[in-house]
Amino acid sequence: MLEIKNLHVKLEDEEKQILKGVDLKVEAGKVHAIMGPNGSGKSTLSYVLSGRDGYEVTEGSAELEGEDILEMEPEERAAAGMFLAFQYPVEIPGVGNMTFLRTAVNAQRKARGEEELSASDFLKEVRAKAKTLKIDAEMLKRPVNVGFSGGEKKRNEILQMAMLEPKLCILDETDSGLDVDAMKLVAEGVNALRDEGRGFLVITHYQRLLDHIKPDVVHILAGGRIVKTGGPELALEVENNGYAGILAEEA
Amino acid sequence: MALPEVKQSATEARLMALTLPESGCLKAARQAALSRVQTMGLPSRRDEYWKYTKPDTLVQAEAPKAAVFHADETPMFNAFERLNIVFVDGVFDAEASDDLELEGLTIDRIEDICCKDIHWAKDLYGVLEARGQTPVERPLAALNTAFASDGVAIRVTGKVSKPLNFTYVHSDDNSDAILHHVIRVESGAEVTILENGPAASRFNKCMEIDIADGGTMHLVRAQGRDHERRAATHLFTRLGTESVFKSFTLTVNGVLTRNEAVIELTGDDAVAHIAGACVGDGDFHHDDTVFITHDAVNCESRQVFKKVLRNGATGVFQGKILVKEGAQKTDGYQISQSLLLDDDSQFLAKPELEIYADDVACSHGSTSGAIDEEGLFYLRSRGVPHAEATDLMTLAFLAEAVDEIEDGDIAADIVSRLEGWLARRR
Repeated sequence: MLEIKNLHVKLEDEEKQILKGVDLKVEAGKVHAIMGPNGSGKSTLSYVLSGRDGYEVTEGSAELEGEDILEMEPEERAAAGMFLAFQYPVEIPGVGNMTFLRTAVNAQRKARGEEELSASDFLKEVRAKAKTLKIDAEMLKRPVNVGFSGGEKKRNEILQMAMLEPKLCILDETDSGLDVDAMKLVAEGVNALRDEGRGFLVITHYQRLLDHIKPDVVHILAGGRIVKTGGPELALEVENNGYAGILAEEA
Repeated sequence: MALPEVKQSATEARLMALTLPESGCLKAARQAALSRVQTMGLPSRRDEYWKYTKPDTLVQAEAPKAAVFHADETPMFNAFERLNIVFVDGVFDAEASDDLELEGLTIDRIEDICCKDIHWAKDLYGVLEARGQTPVERPLAALNTAFASDGVAIRVTGKVSKPLNFTYVHSDDNSDAILHHVIRVESGAEVTILENGPAASRFNKCMEIDIADGGTMHLVRAQGRDHERRAATHLFTRLGTESVFKSFTLTVNGVLTRNEAVIELTGDDAVAHIAGACVGDGDFHHDDTVFITHDAVNCESRQVFKKVLRNGATGVFQGKILVKEGAQKTDGYQISQSLLLDDDSQFLAKPELEIYADDVACSHGSTSGAIDEEGLFYLRSRGVPHAEATDLMTLAFLAEAVDEIEDGDIAADIVSRLEGWLARRR
């Protein structure tokens, strides 16, 4: 599904190397978690994969189902099946949530040469999916993320994910700013999307999200490299010993 | 005080090219307006309220040539019931217009005001314009009152079932039109007036609107897509107790547009909303100059102006709220914003507040900026292509102004024109 090889990334405007040779392979049907201390490069990895400006790839590659995604525009990556659930979803005043969703769904279908979804089919699907995420009609009508609480914003991200049905979902600290109930709701939304054809990359500081979204593989990212890879037990180790303990062990 | 020589000669040159129409009972009003013009002189770049907009081509004797533009789109405001009133190069076209009959109002041409002895119109013609000359002079409006060659007098007495739709056709590359409408909305009456089209190569339009207690008027206009056209328009509106006036203007293209609105809230609990959205590309200069006077208790005024500018286009906003002594509980709001799509375009804003009452809420804001990159990336990351995402963000920027239009069908028509303009520029 996703194959990252020796990825080196620096900030475009500064001589600051952030990723220093990341190797990672996410298989279809699997959930990989990336954990790591602040400043280790977790968010940079998610932004570089989704095509945000401001980063420069100096070495290495990233392929989604064999296609080089690093040369693609963000919208092309989305159409190819990439989805990033933002750590801080952006507010867009003046654009209705529903309009946004429909434009996105149909733009991707068009890019893939599929027929656009009719207004009524779209509405039916959105309503059904919104309901399971406890997103009411009012939230769908409001401008994108404007005036949403932290939990509502994250639920809205998962709704977009459910509507767009990507192949690879990257969740960037989706647990940040969520209380326990909201986290459960979001995790249920994510779990409902787990299937054999879809890969997940879950980026988080804490082990608690992984209680709800059970990972198959856990990686520790530190200093711009993946320094340790293991099973779900590795997340527990982080919880018990902190990153310092693991890093000392690896050094 | 004598006028500066340059102003004097420019004014004389313009007046030489015009003849005062024969107009019986309006003669005194026209003569008075002419002497206002002679006293004030026509605008020059040195006048405080013309600092940002060059008045030269609006003032010069001959209208600069403007090619007639044939838009390949359905006419504006075509999708719903309305009464059509058509002017071609500033001349009423009876053939193209509907019968000027509609329950709840009367419509007459200004040339018939005297022979039909229409008292209210006689008493209104030039009156609000003259009131609007202080404290800021508006010589082009006085010129209009003196020399207007056509226009209508509309008296609204009931709730009118469908909008009046003025279509101003531009058919001659050298046309120079001066139109003057007077409108009286009687107590409790309600009307929607639509206007569309460029009208002429150069268009000077003045609308005097007197709204009695409890009357309501909605005005929505679209100024035509002809690239080279020029326009100077004035709205003079006086509002009585509990009356409502809401206006929205769409400006798409046009080399030079100056829209002035002079609003006077004279009765308690009156509401006036003035909004505008303009989109300009290249050789485009758009100026909104608004003056709202609160002279009664508990009135509300809103000014919402949004401008999208690219390829060196210029936007100007001069908006003032004057709250007179005793106009307590005034609620005044003013926002003017521009979205600059490149580094070559500019937006010049002069918001003004002058308040002589101590229990009021007045706010104003003015911003100028580029498209929000964060928002753009967010949309693109969901698969929306760059051009489409930019358009969505641009429409979103304009939405606050368009939302001022109450009627959903009319607003949808305006939005579709904006979408068309954006799509043509991808």
